[in-house]
Amino acid sequence: MSKVIYFDNNATTKVADEVFEAMKPFLTDLYGNPSSMHTFGGQVEKYIRHSREAVAQLLGCDSSEIIFTSCGTESDNAAIKGVLAALPEKKKIITTRVEHPAVLATCREMQSLGYTLIELGVDKYGQIDLKELKSQVDENTAIVSIMYANNETGVIFPIDKIAEIVKTKGIVFHTDAVQAVGKIPLNLSKSNIDLLSLSGHKLHAPKGVGVLYIKKGTRISPFLVGGHQEKSRRAGTENVAGIVALGKASELALKTINGENTKVKKLRDKLENEILKTCTGAMLNGDKINRLPNTTNISFEFIEGEAILLLLNQFGICASSGSACTSGSLEPSHVMRAMGVPFTAAHGSIRFSLSRYNTEDEVDFVIEKMPAIVNRLRELSPFVK
Amino acid sequence: MWDYNKKVMEYFLHPVNAGEIENPDGVGEEGSLACGDMLKLTFKLGKDGRIADVKFKTFGCASAIASSSVMTEMVKGLTLEEASKITNKDIVDKLGGLPEQKMHCSVMGMEALQAAIANYHKSKGKGVQTKKIEGKIVCTCFGVTDKEIEKVITENNLDSVEQVTNYCKAGGGCGSCRGEIQMIIDKIRGKKEKGAETQAKPKKLTNLQKIQLIQRTISEQIRPLLKTDGGDIDLIDIEGSKVIVAFRGMCSKCPTAEFTLKDVVEARLREFVSNDIVVEEQSE
Repeated sequence: MSKVIYFDNNATTKVADEVFEAMKPFLTDLYGNPSSMHTFGGQVEKYIRHSREAVAQLLGCDSSEIIFTSCGTESDNAAIKGVLAALPEKKKIITTRVEHPAVLATCREMQSLGYTLIELGVDKYGQIDLKELKSQVDENTAIVSIMYANNETGVIFPIDKIAEIVKTKGIVFHTDAVQAVGKIPLNLSKSNIDLLSLSGHKLHAPKGVGVLYIKKGTRISPFLVGGHQEKSRRAGTENVAGIVALGKASELALKTINGENTKVKKLRDKLENEILKTCTGAMLNGDKINRLPNTTNISFEFIEGEAILLLLNQFGICASSGSACTSGSLEPSHVMRAMGVPFTAAHGSIRFSLSRYNTEDEVDFVIEKMPAIVNRLRELSPFVK
Repeated sequence: MWDYNKKVMEYFLHPVNAGEIENPDGVGEEGSLACGDMLKLTFKLGKDGRIADVKFKTFGCASAIASSSVMTEMVKGLTLEEASKITNKDIVDKLGGLPEQKMHCSVMGMEALQAAIANYHKSKGKGVQTKKIEGKIVCTCFGVTDKEIEKVITENNLDSVEQVTNYCKAGGGCGSCRGEIQMIIDKIRGKKEKGAETQAKPKKLTNLQKIQLIQRTISEQIRPLLKTDGGDIDLIDIEGSKVIVAFRGMCSKCPTAEFTLKDVVEARLREFVSNDIVVEEQSE
């Protein structure tokens, strides 16, 4: 493919050049095992330590609270199952209906094993009712898991308030922050979050590395057992190159995070405003105010998302859709459905997610192409009179 | 990403016969917005009784648009009798194959064609013929009947529930009908049907017991089923054996709510409470 305009950064991101350079030696010369007694292996350990400190700095926590994992999904599984295993007398889990499958499927699996699962609904802006949350958190609750920001709409939950509600009742709080880290500033030392998941490939590190933040004093059993790595909290030989890459990516994110809210947001807003203005039947999904600076989710009434994506693909434009057809399931996105987005719009929802590597020229190109794509499919649609 | 072949992409990118014929001799519609795809087919006959012109309008993904377009090409010049013999398999073959999970797109093409032919025989292009409900609704999420399921199984030689879902969507929503689909497959494949387990019903209930049992059946048996689909149900009133309910959430907008009412709500209440129960939806 010649030209690629990558507006699908909530799916995955480009590995930053600096990150690739930083990890390369660990795939070539420095291949030792950090647990080894010899210098050749042992010398690698200090690079892992640097990475841990860099991630801790990005999250505003202590480096001893950082556990490296293989991905965001592992972190979510480890958090939820680890807490349930550590608190066997408690039998209730609280989450939301709009979580990523990594959390939702984990919770539902535990439900099938006998746990009570509460899935909080959301309003049309994708926000939960804090009063409902408050009334649900009780002594029998083992863990509350609510995402920091939604992957499809970019809607940001009031996580500090939520964490406080949960903390007041003495219950463990986990947040899947895979979409938030690197896009909005976090400071865990000042929050009541006990557990937080993040994923390297969403912030310009490669796939295959993630983090579980565990606040000091949180009761949790290890998800993977075996060796003594990560202070026996996560066994398995370290993915050294991936960990070093994530450390570098965290350093870069710390430097660029202000740009997310200015440069990236400006591009997103231009894209969104122009599309809403020029495309027939276009409407915004989610909470316009409390939202990640890089994400917009727009529905195009009476046309179908997969068809839009394939036409965008003809121009090398990458985006994603909540339509049923793109997933191979027969139902539109659970997030759109939970928000009560009508079927006429849910099947035609498109998510554009930008990054600091996108340019205004790219935004202009997409703005130019969209109206014709929408009109072409509307002409084919039996619902458009 | 779907692995569409060149032919499918070609028909998607450059569809032939797109549009709608004015004053058609036959009109057929299949699918709905809720289900994520819909096809409206119009045709006009020539003096020789053959299809002279045919056009389609499709809301749906690439394979739905390609299936619709290729089908219109296939039927042009055929008599209605010849056209009515076209199966979804013919459409798939003409396209050189579709991904398994997209087979339902070709079935939609076939069904819209049949609906349009039925419309010609009935009213010569007046009104719109939608799918005639024949048989009993098995999949309430997508409104698929046992007859339609039997048809895709026989015509495409299917032997798993997953395949049936790929071909006609049945079982792809809440999944509660998958057992029933398996039974249809077993029946067609000549296997012995498992004896349906019947729930022991209490003999004679007092009014209070009956009301409690209805409430319990709704909250334990029916509500969880609807909730998996984003819907909900409220019990409004009970008058003798008439139970009045109201649909909430997604159910209130669902085109197959009527079938849910009879085939899910009423059927469950009859099974667990009493045979003479009639369920009605609360009038606005």
